[in-house]
Amino acid sequence: MPTIDKTMDPAAVVSRLRSGMTLGIGGWGPRRKPMALVREILRSDLEDLVLVSYGGPDAGMLCAAGKVRKLVFAFVSLDEIPLEPWFRKSREAGAVDVLELDEGMFQWGLKAAALSLPFLPTRVGLGTDLPELGGLKTVTSPYDDGEVLVAMPALKLDAALIHVHRADRRGNVQALGPDTYYDEWFAKAADECFVSCEELVDAMEVARPQDVWANLFERCFVTGVTETPGGAHPTTMPPAYGWDMGWLKKYAAAARDPGDWGAVAEWAVGASEADYLASVGGREGVAALPLPVF
Amino acid sequence: MGATLAELCIVACAETFRTRREIVATGIGPIPRIGAGLAKLTHSPGLMMTDGEAFLVEQPVPLGAAGGERPAPAGYLPFSRFFDSAVWTGRRHAMVTPTQIDRFGQTNLSALGGTHAQPKVQMLGARGFPGNGIYHPNSMFIPAHSPRVFVAGEVDRVSSPGYNPARRVPGGNYRGIDLRRIVTDLCVMDFGGPDRAIRVISLHPGVTFAQVQDATGFELIDAVESETPLPGEEQLALIERLDPRGFRARVFKDNPPAERGAS
Repeated sequence: MPTIDKTMDPAAVVSRLRSGMTLGIGGWGPRRKPMALVREILRSDLEDLVLVSYGGPDAGMLCAAGKVRKLVFAFVSLDEIPLEPWFRKSREAGAVDVLELDEGMFQWGLKAAALSLPFLPTRVGLGTDLPELGGLKTVTSPYDDGEVLVAMPALKLDAALIHVHRADRRGNVQALGPDTYYDEWFAKAADECFVSCEELVDAMEVARPQDVWANLFERCFVTGVTETPGGAHPTTMPPAYGWDMGWLKKYAAAARDPGDWGAVAEWAVGASEADYLASVGGREGVAALPLPVF
Repeated sequence: MGATLAELCIVACAETFRTRREIVATGIGPIPRIGAGLAKLTHSPGLMMTDGEAFLVEQPVPLGAAGGERPAPAGYLPFSRFFDSAVWTGRRHAMVTPTQIDRFGQTNLSALGGTHAQPKVQMLGARGFPGNGIYHPNSMFIPAHSPRVFVAGEVDRVSSPGYNPARRVPGGNYRGIDLRRIVTDLCVMDFGGPDRAIRVISLHPGVTFAQVQDATGFELIDAVESETPLPGEEQLALIERLDPRGFRARVFKDNPPAERGAS
């Protein structure tokens, strides 16, 4: 029987992306972000991106590096460092356009895209500044109630990037943490979804059938898979490893001093993923990062 | 030693969460979080809460609790279920600390000053405030009552809806907007005035209404009936259980006593 093989290396993933694309990034704040792929974008000449993200260091770094034309967001945060300093700097310089949303209407927009709908109706946003600032329109219920609702437009993605614990060559994925956030909707809202993983196996039914419940979405939503051990660093990847708060503090402090992305990109991104991983203690060092307590 | 201001505020926050319903109580920050736990352990056993991540627990997680001290999960409420189960069904009461509040109860967590294209100060973003505000009850905890928080006019960006008639789209359904209480370092307020105007309903011991008014950028209604109650022995013991490492002592500078002028 012929087999499907979707494996590629991170550079091949990024070569499938184009400047000007709308790019969704899974995870949540400083949690389970596909940072190895984000770093690969930072090493590339991609620019002019529309970034759709529950923002953490992915949003801060891509904004700081001038890769982002527009950010679609509900927050950008590093959790223990509540305000993402590089994102703030970009915004306060007027360097990045935004569509600011509520967290819930954000996933509503992804769901609309996933379902091939132009919008989904919601009350969320009424009574706030978001609809006017974001150019959101209202829609009137055609039923007897006649209720006026915000029409949350579909957040259609050209591509989505997601990081999981395991994938096989055909695109079956498993994410083992307590929460998978809205990753399934990013995958389904996108024309192409690229998944990085801590561990690549040949066939999930042989390697880890007992964890099949951790399959986030079906393999038809996966365009490519790439193995990037430690690929969520410096964000959390429970139960494998926690965030690297020391790294994040250094990264945050660098927004003030020296304050120039060029001066920190070398250590925050690295010349290659192998260099980067070595600089943060290698696979073992990352695996030893303790899980945070909330 | 008597109760601290932090402990007094915790009890006031717990009172805010009082309910007979089975809803998720979310207290963001140490004082609201301990307050929600205290409410569940005393007068409101129906309250549900998470471990701060994805699991529902029937015993509140003590602040700073490490692995072995954490209660076993009894349910599952990951982000993908949170809006469907808790927020958009109205089965939640959140207590939050916005950067600005105005006389309509509108709050701001997004940005200060400047323009939308270039804010003077970029903050967190609207987070879940727009949805929380229109779907379920909300309260606020403000640790430093001042005109910078309780602003004159409107907040710089409206992140969560309030009771401002000028912000109503005709035909919209605003019945879910339900602002309960604001607990501050000076007093407890509610929205019980004419057209949902903000009233002071209790003053912390040693605080006057004039002091509160001076620290507020808009006119308040004096509906004070009593002092904010001091914690009792049972409440203090439960607070200690919920915060064994004493995070509450760091909320106010020098951890002052509940009764101003006392030492």
